[in-house]
Amino acid sequence: MSQVIETGKAFEFTPENVEKAKAFIARYPEGRQQSAVMPLLDLAQRQNENWLPKEALEYVGNYLNVPYMRVLEVATFYTMYNLKPVGKHFLQLCRTTPCWLRGSDDLEAVCRNKLGIGNGETTEDGQFSLLEVECLGACVNAPVVQINDDFYEDLNAENFEAVLDKLAKGETPPKGPQIDRVNSAPEGGATTLLEKTGGA
Amino acid sequence: MPTLTVDGVEVTVDPGTTVLQACEEAGAEIPRFCYHERLSIAGNCRMCLVEMEKAPKLIASCAMPAGDGMVIHTNSEIVKQGREGAMEFLLINHPLDCPICDQGGECDLQDQSMAYGSGDSRYDELKRAVAEKNMGPLIKTTMTRCIHCTRCVRFATEVAGVDDLGAINRGENMEIATYLEQALDSELSGNIIDLCPVGALTSKPYAFTARPWELSKTESIDALDAVGANIRVDSRGDEVMRVLPRLHEDVNEEWLSDRSRFSYDGLKAQRLDTPYVRKDGKLQPVGWTEAFEAIKDKLNGLEGDRIGAIAGDMVCAESMMALKDLMEQLGSPNLDCRQDGAALSAETRSAYLFNTTIAGIEEADALLIVGSNPKTEASLINARIRKRWKMGSFPIALIGEEADLGYAHEYLGAGPNTLQDVANGSHSFAEVLKKAERPMIIVGQGALTRADGAAVLSVARTIAENSGMISEGWNGFNILHMAASRVAGLDLGLVPGEGGKGTREILSGNLEVVFLLGADEVDTSSLSNSFVIYQGSHGDAGAQAADVILPGSAYTEKDAIWVNTEGRPQLGRRAIFPPGDAREDWTILRALSETLGKTLPYDTIHQLRERMIAVAPHLADIDVVTPAAWGGFGESGTVTADPFSNPISDYYLTNSISRASKIMAECSSSFSKVKFEETGTNG
Amino acid sequence: MLKDQDRIFTNLYGVHDWRLAGAKSRGVWDNTKALIEMGQDGIVDAVKESGLRGRGGAGFPTGLKWSFMPKESDGRPSYLVVNADESEPGTCKDREIMRFDPHRLLEGCLVAGYAMRAIAAYIYIRGEFVQEAINLEIAIKEAYEDGLIGKNAAGSGYDFDIYLHRGAGAYICGEETALIESLEGNKGQPRLKPPFPANVGVWGCPSTVNNVESIAVAPEILRRGEGWFSGLGRPNNTGTKLFCISGHVNKPCNVEEEMGIPLKELIEKHAGGVRGGWDNLLAIIPGGSSVPLLPKDICDTVLMDFDSLRDVQSGLGTAAVIVMDKSTDVIRAIERLSHFYKHESCGQCTPCREGTGWMWRVMQRLVSGEAEIEEIDMLINISKRIEGHTICALGDAAAWPVQGLVRHFRPVIEERINSRKADRAA
Repeated sequence: MSQVIETGKAFEFTPENVEKAKAFIARYPEGRQQSAVMPLLDLAQRQNENWLPKEALEYVGNYLNVPYMRVLEVATFYTMYNLKPVGKHFLQLCRTTPCWLRGSDDLEAVCRNKLGIGNGETTEDGQFSLLEVECLGACVNAPVVQINDDFYEDLNAENFEAVLDKLAKGETPPKGPQIDRVNSAPEGGATTLLEKTGGA
Repeated sequence: MPTLTVDGVEVTVDPGTTVLQACEEAGAEIPRFCYHERLSIAGNCRMCLVEMEKAPKLIASCAMPAGDGMVIHTNSEIVKQGREGAMEFLLINHPLDCPICDQGGECDLQDQSMAYGSGDSRYDELKRAVAEKNMGPLIKTTMTRCIHCTRCVRFATEVAGVDDLGAINRGENMEIATYLEQALDSELSGNIIDLCPVGALTSKPYAFTARPWELSKTESIDALDAVGANIRVDSRGDEVMRVLPRLHEDVNEEWLSDRSRFSYDGLKAQRLDTPYVRKDGKLQPVGWTEAFEAIKDKLNGLEGDRIGAIAGDMVCAESMMALKDLMEQLGSPNLDCRQDGAALSAETRSAYLFNTTIAGIEEADALLIVGSNPKTEASLINARIRKRWKMGSFPIALIGEEADLGYAHEYLGAGPNTLQDVANGSHSFAEVLKKAERPMIIVGQGALTRADGAAVLSVARTIAENSGMISEGWNGFNILHMAASRVAGLDLGLVPGEGGKGTREILSGNLEVVFLLGADEVDTSSLSNSFVIYQGSHGDAGAQAADVILPGSAYTEKDAIWVNTEGRPQLGRRAIFPPGDAREDWTILRALSETLGKTLPYDTIHQLRERMIAVAPHLADIDVVTPAAWGGFGESGTVTADPFSNPISDYYLTNSISRASKIMAECSSSFSKVKFEETGTNG
Repeated sequence: MLKDQDRIFTNLYGVHDWRLAGAKSRGVWDNTKALIEMGQDGIVDAVKESGLRGRGGAGFPTGLKWSFMPKESDGRPSYLVVNADESEPGTCKDREIMRFDPHRLLEGCLVAGYAMRAIAAYIYIRGEFVQEAINLEIAIKEAYEDGLIGKNAAGSGYDFDIYLHRGAGAYICGEETALIESLEGNKGQPRLKPPFPANVGVWGCPSTVNNVESIAVAPEILRRGEGWFSGLGRPNNTGTKLFCISGHVNKPCNVEEEMGIPLKELIEKHAGGVRGGWDNLLAIIPGGSSVPLLPKDICDTVLMDFDSLRDVQSGLGTAAVIVMDKSTDVIRAIERLSHFYKHESCGQCTPCREGTGWMWRVMQRLVSGEAEIEEIDMLINISKRIEGHTICALGDAAAWPVQGLVRHFRPVIEERINSRKADRAA
């Protein structure tokens, strides 16, 4: 039983991504091109609707002269490589304690009730996929959902639904805190950095 | 030299020794699963934890270098607790299906659980189940039993040089697998079965056929190539149930190649178990007397030079001696042990030996391979080359057919012209060899079994002499043989006598009688008018051309001396009796000689061996490589431009036993065919 | 309370321009050349004197760590590796540095890299931090273009490169040797030590792995003087620190405060207090998920620094304060963490691979009460068989939250089991 999907379609980097790949490889000392496995898998995934088929894995292996097995090990070790297709809006719902304490269960319920999907599932129209993930590292803005590249923070059932509605309509809701708050400063205003201390 | 105290015992060890090794030197037993002397250190099983005074926690003794003044305890209460913990964690998701597991009775997990486990289970959750993985026709997987020690992965990448095996996923979902479940394509794959400390990787052909405690274990020598791997033949009654490697540091370490390990079912198939005589164009079973009489009738009154004999690839030294003596009695100089026609002479021993020795490869610092693919011709020697290569500073170059050898090498060219360039110093690799302190050359049969073989050999000798391969204490000149019998044959002088004919002429059809002693890799198409006597174990090519068949023994069925490519005589031992009326080979020749009225002067194998030692004194020194003096050999002559071609087209089917093996046939269709298609005409 | 002028991260909340011009206006890259002119030993000594302890969790003295790097090269280059794989649950401080003050980190890379004779820094940022990586990339480009890094960095005569490497989802890569493996393009499985990274690190070369915050504060320590930094906080626990306050507080936030600030003061001053008031407090995890939780009575008085928290059998860790009020199912809170560690175990070594899953499954049953009282002791025993028996500290980190739970909330667990039994009996 293989976890890898073969599409039968050849994969290769676009000319633009070939340039990016070269730049990634150049970051590492000569002969250490294996270090670029991770950036190149990410690049391939971005080019391929956010998932990696067998052809892309092997393309990266060939590109870097790294054995396929080593590429597969990397692709299955890290959670951000998707080895099967995901929805257009890939929802990564943090379920670790700081988010759970502030209501991540409610967000899970929104996905179930509003989108009809559970963990690891994709809506029939291919718009949304849900993956429950562990700590995303934005705990003071919990609960958090990462949607593709962006963090949506300080969510509750209501504002999360609003975000989903906008996405469904093809709009791009502003990322970051979904309540009236400046980044990770306390709601209602900072308690520090109030004096003029060289801040521009 | 660090001195440390282990359980109150002071022990001084070499720098670089691990704490685990130091503990063993001090007589303390350290349990382990992942640690293996010949593999890199993984430190993952946590079974070898010991207490080191002043360390805040237990240390993994396999990974910790021994340091001066360390005080180690291997039996304290916290060490026992640590082991019991590791044992418990290893077992919670292990199926404990020992009654249906082939590893049962020889399982490290079983043994160490007995010694270090707590004896009961506290685990009430559901056990993890892991799907079986396909690894091909040789390796059976039961991955639920896997304890993730990664020995198999490390063996594949480090020793075998294949990257197809790995550990995918992470955490408790980590699984050992081949890339997309492809068969593990390596001539050394079977070794991961031995390395697996549990029953996750077991032998597919051996599956459910025997329990280890039912088997008779016979220590012997492999005869399916010229490495002389030390093996243990496990048999039950008259059946070989499996073949395993046996430790010999200087030969095979503890590895065995797949053909040698898995051809054993070929010992039961296609066997010649009764004498045959061709009557009315058909081979008919007969008794020994009738068979011998038929030969006697044919030889009656025949001049010796009308008779010829060829010894094949898996013929023991004893029967070759007897054959040689019999031919002498018959007055025939037409005798050859080089059934492939290799241009090797028996005159100078160093001219046909692997002089560096196999272990000596590790001392070398540059290597030129000529007309050989060591990976298929001598997989274990190739593993040794790879081992040396991994140590670094070991430039390797290849002249001949380009191939993936499992290590980086410079490809110089296809044939003798390139070789000459190296010899005359015009090729840059000549400089590499010259600069090296202990350079070596390996000349394969692909360079020698050609019309210009002797001239090629001469060029190789020039390279050896010009690049300082021959010096005090170092002989870097190596012939790589593929036949287990070849070196003994040359040692005993199974080459044409004065005015005698060699293989090519013996097979030309001009002789009246041709005796094929286990010679199957020969072209018998011109022998239709010759009277062919075939003595051997299998109904292969030789037997099909025969007029009389004398059923002999396979290598597992006789006590015999084998001399490997290094010139190392080793003792093979009989594990089972030959089938039916088949007999040990030298006794057949001895009996035949009596019928012919030319009785050979030995009645016991000891007398025969005395005779052999008289001819080749070094055969007395079992397991000793007697250094051979350098001397003149080869013939200056013109080499052609024809590229060298490797003699082995299918690694799994090189001899009559392997060709009779269904396991090998399956391997051939799994691996060899695939390779053919990949490099074949479909591109 | 720490005075604003003693705060280092003056753009913590991203209200100012994070790019080069803005950074310079806040004093970043201010005569960095002069810092480098202190010399390698001078910098290391000053950092040692400042008392700076690693901000990534373990609290190892930063200057001492730098001093392990070879002073003379044996032919191999040395590298600084910045651990920006911020993944410890509760922790989100490095994120702010990277997205709102990236130049502070880059300047720190140059200064620290120079001090340890490194030729380059690799910043390993967790893969999920896409925006943070983009900002860092822009900042790196700006710094190169301005001559602050690269050849003759900041006019110092020293050549120094900075590269970014993005992770791809693996908490374990925050462990320094797993991070190095990952940087080499492998699975993030921790290495055996010895050898230590300062001898054999990334690509076999001497390397030092430091947390983002540790590196980012270094230039400011040198600029203001080690005495300024060591004068803040308490002995052996000096300086300022970024705290992340999450969970059941009225105003979760990040804030830079003085080391040793009382936990209660920290929460009440900056995070709007515990939801429902201090008396509604149940427990606090004071230093990220790996450290044992503290019940309210300890929280009342404990100070937020390495030694104070160690004294109460917990730790400062990453200074990520996770607050739980009385509405919390504390067993479930810890069960979630057990799941986290099971999910993040690399799978390499036995006790962690097998034990984290076992603990989580037992924890799940403790949440529902489907367990026997004896299993509480068994759970502790399992955790002890993991702790200290693994290659890296993930095993310890998985064990401690469970141990903390049982230490302080055993009656709650027993009550759950007993009432579940009673339910079934009824």
